[in-house]
Amino acid sequence: MLDARTAVESVFREESGRIIATLIRISGSFDRAEEALQEAFASALAHWPAKGIPQNPGAWITAAAHRKLIDQSRRERTKREKQDSLLHATAAAIPRDNFDLEEMSMPFPDDRLRLIFTCCHPALNREGQVALTLRTLGGLSTAEIAKAFLLPEPTMAQRLVRAKRKIQEAHIPYAVPPPHRLAERLTSVQAVVYLIFNEGYSAATGDRLVRRDLCLEAIRLGRVLCELVPEEPENIALLALMLLHDSRRDARVSNGQLVTLEEQDRSLWDESEISEGLGLVEQALHLGRAGPYQLQAAIAALHAQSKSARDTDWPQIAALYGKLLEFNSSSVIALNRAVAIAMSAGLEAGLQAIDALGPSGELEKYYLFHAARADILFRMDRLEEAAMAYRTASGLAGNRIEQDFLARRLASVEAAMRERQAHGS
Amino acid sequence: MRYMMLIYTQENAAERITPEEMENVKATHWSVMQEATQKGIFHGAEPLKSTTTATTVRVQEGKVFSTDGPFAETKEQLAGYYILDCKDLDEAIEWAGKIPSSCGGASGCVEIRPLAGLPPR
Repeated sequence: MLDARTAVESVFREESGRIIATLIRISGSFDRAEEALQEAFASALAHWPAKGIPQNPGAWITAAAHRKLIDQSRRERTKREKQDSLLHATAAAIPRDNFDLEEMSMPFPDDRLRLIFTCCHPALNREGQVALTLRTLGGLSTAEIAKAFLLPEPTMAQRLVRAKRKIQEAHIPYAVPPPHRLAERLTSVQAVVYLIFNEGYSAATGDRLVRRDLCLEAIRLGRVLCELVPEEPENIALLALMLLHDSRRDARVSNGQLVTLEEQDRSLWDESEISEGLGLVEQALHLGRAGPYQLQAAIAALHAQSKSARDTDWPQIAALYGKLLEFNSSSVIALNRAVAIAMSAGLEAGLQAIDALGPSGELEKYYLFHAARADILFRMDRLEEAAMAYRTASGLAGNRIEQDFLARRLASVEAAMRERQAHGS
Repeated sequence: MRYMMLIYTQENAAERITPEEMENVKATHWSVMQEATQKGIFHGAEPLKSTTTATTVRVQEGKVFSTDGPFAETKEQLAGYYILDCKDLDEAIEWAGKIPSSCGGASGCVEIRPLAGLPPR
């Protein structure tokens, strides 16, 4: 039998996003909704142990929070009447005074849809979008978000305040965008979800468990997005992409060291995530509207299906990167394509493709550009050049895990150089 | 809520504007103003003369100092404004998207700022 605290925590995790979305609609304010939700969970903690867990805990919380909203608005009204001079500033939305539990317990999928579009509104900066999405839809505390992004809590709190103030003061609507704006607005939502995933997935320093939570949260948001806007191939592909990347989490770091895709022990890959991811990729592609997340998911799917790096369908991957470049002419994508060319058409062709990217200048300060170049040179047995490229990469790498990885590669090149010298003399 | 839409263009490019393009830009402005008026949300719009006519005034220690030019040198210059009463920011963004800001082959932009209203005396 569940104890009351566990029940409260589980309702919070499962339903707080849905509940707060409804409370924001009713109250017209993120702050009021948050306050009411907190108070409702506090009363659940106070009442459930003695009175037992209600049959529909989510509806109980929603109803309690709604009552808090009404109390709040009464308090504010009294305060306003006392402080007449403040009248102009507080155009508070007064919630309906009557409500019934039946209605509150009904699912309001539209409210979460409103919430996600408002949190990811392009008039907010990306940092604010991410923070607000995690805080409201994800139900994470400000402290948890700050920890996940390796920032001091006041900085994160400030971001949230700024985003909420902009919503309020510029009148960003709490609404699902009209059909002719849906596509561009969805792009913004997808970008926020993927950014949250990547923040958790990147090899940056920080508490690994916290970062893992961030990945799971992004995957959960990805599922919500698929549920709210179904039959949208890019949403499905985004979820697939995250699952397929996440499936490698146990294999890509070993004893605190980064392991390349090629060297990963593929038996450690999470099979259930792979099979779900592959199914979703197929489902997305079946809808017949290509897009960048589908291409990336298709690439991840090819890796997931390969027994080893050697067995991988590199020509197909190179072709998919080529298609991806048509959507997004990023030099990082071009770099990935060049690597795929090296693995399929041959090292010489790959090196040429990489060197062709150098003069653009954009990649000069990107450690993976030099690391990829070094790797190809190493395979071509051009050891001195490989060592030089690894040293350049090392000078640009950001964190310890990346530095360690490059140091190990450089050591391998230097070992090969010594061996060659020994044989030569 | 009333929003002010500040139109920024690249003045040096605006000098190269062809008569046809000028007619086109004017016609678009007239149609936006007409549509906004019909909807009852129009609260004014007007172009500004170029920044070569601008004077910046500062008061320091009770003395008035005037200098030639706009207060800041920027790539794009304030060229005009609209004030429209919109339901929310999304509606304001829709209207801002209709207002021409590029001319003479150079792109421009429209900055949307909600009007704060006068505080009570």
